[in-house]
Amino acid sequence: MARMAREQDPVMTATPLLEGRGLDRRSFLAFCGTMAATLALPASYAPAIASALTAAKRPVLVWLEFQDCAGCTESFLRASNPSVGGLVLDTLSINYHETLMAASGKDAEALLKQTVGNERGQYIAVVEGSIPTKDNGVYCTIGGRSALDIAHEVCSNAAAVITVGACAFYGGWPSANPDPTGAVGLGSVMPGTKLVNLPGCPPNGINITATLVHFLTFGVMPEVDAMGRPLFAYGELIHDSCDRRAHFDAGEFVEAWGDEAHRKGWCLYNMGCKGPETHHNCASVRWNDGTNWPIGAGHGCIGCSEPGFFDADTPFYRRLPSVPGLGVQTTADEIGVGIVALTAAAFAGHGLISIVRNRLQPEAVDEPAVPSDEEKD
Amino acid sequence: MARIVIDPITRIEGHLRIEATVDGGKVSDAWSSSTMFRGMEIVLRNRDPREAWLFAQRICGVCTTVHALASVRAVEDAVGATPPLNARLIRNIIAGTQYVQDHVVHFYHLHAFDWVDAVAATKADPAATSRLAQSISAWPNSNPAYFKGIRDKVKAIVGSGQPSLFANGYWGHPAYRLSPEANLMLVAHYLEALDWQREIVRVHAILGGKNPHPQTYLVGGMAIPIDPNSQAALNMERFDQMRGLLERAKTFVEQVYVPDAVLVASHYPEWFTYGAGHKTYMSYGDFPEPASGVPAYRFARGIVRPGKSMHVDDVDQAKIAEYVTRSWYEYPNERAALHPWQGETDPKYTGPQPPFEFLDVDHKYSWLKAPRYADEPMETGPLARLLVSYASGRADVKKTVDGALGALKLTPAALSSTLGRVVARVLETQLMADWLLDWHDQLVTNVAHGDLRVHDGSRWEPSTWPAECEGWGSHEAPRGSLGHWIRIKNEKIENYQAVVPTTWNASPRDAHGVTGPYEAALVGTPVVDANRPLEILRTVHSFDPCMACAVHVLDPGGGLIVNVDADRGAGW
Repeated sequence: MARMAREQDPVMTATPLLEGRGLDRRSFLAFCGTMAATLALPASYAPAIASALTAAKRPVLVWLEFQDCAGCTESFLRASNPSVGGLVLDTLSINYHETLMAASGKDAEALLKQTVGNERGQYIAVVEGSIPTKDNGVYCTIGGRSALDIAHEVCSNAAAVITVGACAFYGGWPSANPDPTGAVGLGSVMPGTKLVNLPGCPPNGINITATLVHFLTFGVMPEVDAMGRPLFAYGELIHDSCDRRAHFDAGEFVEAWGDEAHRKGWCLYNMGCKGPETHHNCASVRWNDGTNWPIGAGHGCIGCSEPGFFDADTPFYRRLPSVPGLGVQTTADEIGVGIVALTAAAFAGHGLISIVRNRLQPEAVDEPAVPSDEEKD
Repeated sequence: MARIVIDPITRIEGHLRIEATVDGGKVSDAWSSSTMFRGMEIVLRNRDPREAWLFAQRICGVCTTVHALASVRAVEDAVGATPPLNARLIRNIIAGTQYVQDHVVHFYHLHAFDWVDAVAATKADPAATSRLAQSISAWPNSNPAYFKGIRDKVKAIVGSGQPSLFANGYWGHPAYRLSPEANLMLVAHYLEALDWQREIVRVHAILGGKNPHPQTYLVGGMAIPIDPNSQAALNMERFDQMRGLLERAKTFVEQVYVPDAVLVASHYPEWFTYGAGHKTYMSYGDFPEPASGVPAYRFARGIVRPGKSMHVDDVDQAKIAEYVTRSWYEYPNERAALHPWQGETDPKYTGPQPPFEFLDVDHKYSWLKAPRYADEPMETGPLARLLVSYASGRADVKKTVDGALGALKLTPAALSSTLGRVVARVLETQLMADWLLDWHDQLVTNVAHGDLRVHDGSRWEPSTWPAECEGWGSHEAPRGSLGHWIRIKNEKIENYQAVVPTTWNASPRDAHGVTGPYEAALVGTPVVDANRPLEILRTVHSFDPCMACAVHVLDPGGGLIVNVDADRGAGW
């Protein structure tokens, strides 16, 4: 029995491969376990992940950067686990990534061309940054070609396309009012292409890695919501997994930066927190090897995984509008539902963002705080 | 004469294109072009000034935090908010951590492959590599088995037919000079640094929730509460965790980064003679010593011109102006430079329509403007900071620089060069690793005295602001001198402007045809093989380009009157 189990253990089978890649078994298993946990899979999936990650031919990935800040790339590099640095070099073949690749200039361009030609329909394309559509795309060119041109060629020939970050998702801050360059997300210029969107500004690196591992392990992308966001990372409102939720329900709110409530970790709703309308797993997986997350460091959520958030969620320090006549808990939940509907509409048509903005901005400051003083007592 | 185009320049942040002519094995002329534009300043107009930092920080994700700091300083200057001591110390710790992380990542992941041949590392003898490593450092990952593992790993990758990120490097280029063993050690440290960089930035997560883009600045202070008796605030457990991270970072800098950089520098002595450029250096000064209560900067402010003299001139911001003569913007008078607060936003692309082969470098050719100080181009960054601080007599800077120059048998003049920038960057990282522990301990001491304040709320409500006000904030970011200007009217941003390090360094020509620092530094750079211009990458990368930061637009709101007092706003 023991022998059979050993033979079937993909990690044992893969041991020579792992050694060849300078990776010890323990770190590798830990990584597979972390991945299973991030993807909310039972631990029994770890061997399947291990098996997929040790395939002899490594899956090919190309990572394109357009109107970006490289923050999503940096976040990818922060993906946690002791050996993930090795894994991103070994498990995948990253054929093109301008921030990280050794090749430059025409030698870099050649790698992209070869990949599109030789690996047609087999590679994963990751897109970071928005795409400017005004004036024939002159606001972003690489090797003399427009971002638009490159995106079309590379993404239409990929096996799977993943957008990372707010910019590639819906246009990000470059598309914020008044949108100087006609910046849009990849979906707008590739209608009909099925995208997996990992929004966030930046997205959490561990969600990027987990999406890749999911694809490599199961051969399909994770299930997504109506906006293409994987349910494992964007399936719940921050408000519903927030460790300060009990303070919200109890009516315990921070009223001023540095006050006693702030020091005690009470709810940041009145300081403008957008947790009640934001879908993201920050509260559960946290950031930087589980060290912390924005609300844990005393600042409200800014809603960075929602479309149009640089317009729809600003001013960031303004309390979310109340819905008159509803109790404390219902109010925030209703807001969550309402905003999802609005932002989904905004995502369908960029022009609607201004409507969302107008709906959110007026009166919020002048209305009585939610809850009222009586309710807090 | 060969015409070379390198686009994309990789291993940088953003989109940079270099065109050059090569004559007799040397660069005879060069043009630096940024090929991406977004328009942050336009987006910021009419928004709440208190949230400007949340936008501005996202100008760049590699130098995350730097625009956040410059932005809150600008607004605080305008509205009269004074961050408490704890907040100022936390800002220093966040900014200092950014230096250490950013510089190490630059050396190993963005610059090393200009000096290190990864494929040649596969020929190394692990035992000899171990002896080399142990001869220059006490770093424990140095036994032969460790280096054999790394060598086999690199062999497996480059021999697999899928060399991944190592594909198409200029491997085997005659300009590579390190032994196989030195190459192997550096590749091993490239991989170690890839893991290490995740650790050090946990300091940002402790203080700001996450990295990249920590979420903790506020106009008037910081959002991270301090309370030794709360588990939801900075307490002794978090302080200890942070100190541990800073101590381990210092060890890595001292035992890995410094000896590696010295090793590389000592193998390429001629690169202390290439790549100088204009030899005009500017630093705004930064890292005020919070406890002293006055802006005594750890990095001095000033301008030096070592080609002429090491006299330190003060920086007078009234003398900063920008040209668009060769940039894709329009001014009413194309030949005149305008002060930042008089600049106009009129992006107008006149370059070739994509796809194109060459830019029209005789006319406009970049999305960067050309900032000049009193009509002179200025280099900013680690080398500028070190030279200004050295010439200003900063004792710890002088000691560190003299020590390194002694070890490398160089004179201070040699620092004006491609490798001089690399050496300056590692030396200031060494200084910063020390200063970080200092600021951490000052913070803990202040908390021990019962001071828990992190925010000055007296100017939080916009109703407390004057109807009209303006301010500026500066920061010596890892890549150099950064300035943000803001004008506020009726509680909204009327005008917002940023002039950033890479705009200074990567600028195109001005109305007089004077080149920018990259362009000047490239002239005379040897190029052995025009098809594999490795040497051009060495000089360009030595500046650590950050293009996302560099492209900015000045807005026609006009009339921004800034009180040009370099201590104001810039300090905290």
